[in-house]
Amino acid sequence: MQFGIFTVGDVTTDPTTGRTPTEHERIKATVAIARKAEEVGLDVFATGEHHNPPFVPSAPTTTLAYIAAQTERILLSTSTTLITTTDPVRIAEDYATLQHLSDGRVDLMMGRGNTGPVYPWFGKDIRDGIPLAIENYHLLRRLWREDVVDWEGRFRTPLQGFTATPRPLDGVPPFVWHGSIRSPEIAEQAAYYGDGFFSNHIFWPASHTRQMVGLYRRRFEHYGHGSADQAIVGLGGQVFMARTSQEAVRQFRPYFDQAPVYGHGPSLEEFTSQTPLTVGSPQQVIERTLGFRDYVGDYQRQLFLLDHAGLPLKTVLEQLDLLGEEVVPVLRREFAALQPAHVPDAPTHASLVAAGTPVTPVEVSA
Amino acid sequence: MRTVAVVTAGLSQPSSSRLLADRLGAAVDRALRLDGDDVHVEVVELRDLAHAITDHLLTGFPSGDLVDAIDLVRRADAVVAVTPIFSASYSGLFKSFFDVLEDGLLEGKPVLLGATAGTARHSLALEFALRPLFAYLRADVVPTAVFAASEDFGTGGAGALSHRVERAARELADAITGRGRSGPVDPFENPTPFSELLGG
Repeated sequence: MQFGIFTVGDVTTDPTTGRTPTEHERIKATVAIARKAEEVGLDVFATGEHHNPPFVPSAPTTTLAYIAAQTERILLSTSTTLITTTDPVRIAEDYATLQHLSDGRVDLMMGRGNTGPVYPWFGKDIRDGIPLAIENYHLLRRLWREDVVDWEGRFRTPLQGFTATPRPLDGVPPFVWHGSIRSPEIAEQAAYYGDGFFSNHIFWPASHTRQMVGLYRRRFEHYGHGSADQAIVGLGGQVFMARTSQEAVRQFRPYFDQAPVYGHGPSLEEFTSQTPLTVGSPQQVIERTLGFRDYVGDYQRQLFLLDHAGLPLKTVLEQLDLLGEEVVPVLRREFAALQPAHVPDAPTHASLVAAGTPVTPVEVSA
Repeated sequence: MRTVAVVTAGLSQPSSSRLLADRLGAAVDRALRLDGDDVHVEVVELRDLAHAITDHLLTGFPSGDLVDAIDLVRRADAVVAVTPIFSASYSGLFKSFFDVLEDGLLEGKPVLLGATAGTARHSLALEFALRPLFAYLRADVVPTAVFAASEDFGTGGAGALSHRVERAARELADAITGRGRSGPVDPFENPTPFSELLGG
């Protein structure tokens, strides 16, 4: 099982000091957080993609390539890549390049974004959100799997005799997850292709996540990719830790109360009981996280959100220490002991190469 | 078994909106029983859900008793929706509840509208504010909407509140059971028997 972190990349005022980091500080902090994630033994670092303030990650492959150059082992991913408003040709090129630079340490999570006006800013119509996600992704797959593509669709200018370069590393495209909070069409899409399905999980109650993952698993089996319990599932999670639960609550409450997403709404206590948010000791985080398996089954990837709501870099790095030293080693052991032999791990570049995905190398003519 | 959800947005305890809602609920119950149906009328007081509704607006998901209230409306064969009129329209709490229902939840569902206010000057808010809202939600709104001003609770006669309540309840019961609505009575074909006229 893979453990990691995902960042939204928000620039948020620290409510305890009133200080707002600059964009420069936030971008550098993102790199520091990714490096720390590798240092403490995590498997995955994923960045969001946004094209409006107060977010900084508008150019995820630039940031991920920079991180790739400063790390050796950690897998770089997205949370999410905007498949709706980004030209699939650019995604094919950018991420294949990143794949080469990082020696295969790349996968992606497709998503549709959280800001309506991004659609018109990129010449799209928000009412086409699902059709865009479906058509664009289908083209992206072809661009990575077919050396020469002839293509015509609703949303993009046609392609005749187009070859996306560079070709994927070793002829194997990056593994793709599809992220969604509430759209059953996206679970269906992930199941159709046998791709991974990532449930945001952190903003909604467990009953909802169970329903979405259940749908994906059922349809994964329907499309012949394996049994339902072999489907590739990822979950988000949100934690804040201190030695004792009282101390964790005391430190996190001002951030929670002012948080851009849920601030000024339910109390910290209500939200922790309604959603997977866990504010407490490392032991409490371990127990809560192990409990996710009870309603989604054996799953392959757990990503935590740590760096949001204005938490300063120093605090985020301390959280990473706790996560890497005290939480993840126990989770690894416990989850591994529970996972049946026929349930696969999440695909990696190495496993996909070994499985021999049938993609013919490009012929470069003089 | 027919389930009727009565949603009321009155704020005071007791509120005249709740009073009207209870009268409408009871009248619908009677009308359906006359048709031979078993009925279960359940009331949702939005006041009790005010915090949960605000939380839902902020977090995007329902919590606690709001989950059950939304589920009740989803399962109900019909909805009676009653609001006090504030500043020329439905109350913000009333609107917020219908804002957080998922798309399509009221589609085709028979709905009876009711409203209360201090004076009858606000009565047409039912027609220019509530009816368009429920048209947007594609609910099947019955023709008679019932407005009750304070004075209506002490006025009898031909236009008495009880008559309007009964008529609206009959329309909702017909919408639930799918019976064709009876057309207007032709007074030449079917004159009102004089005993009825004499009886008032």
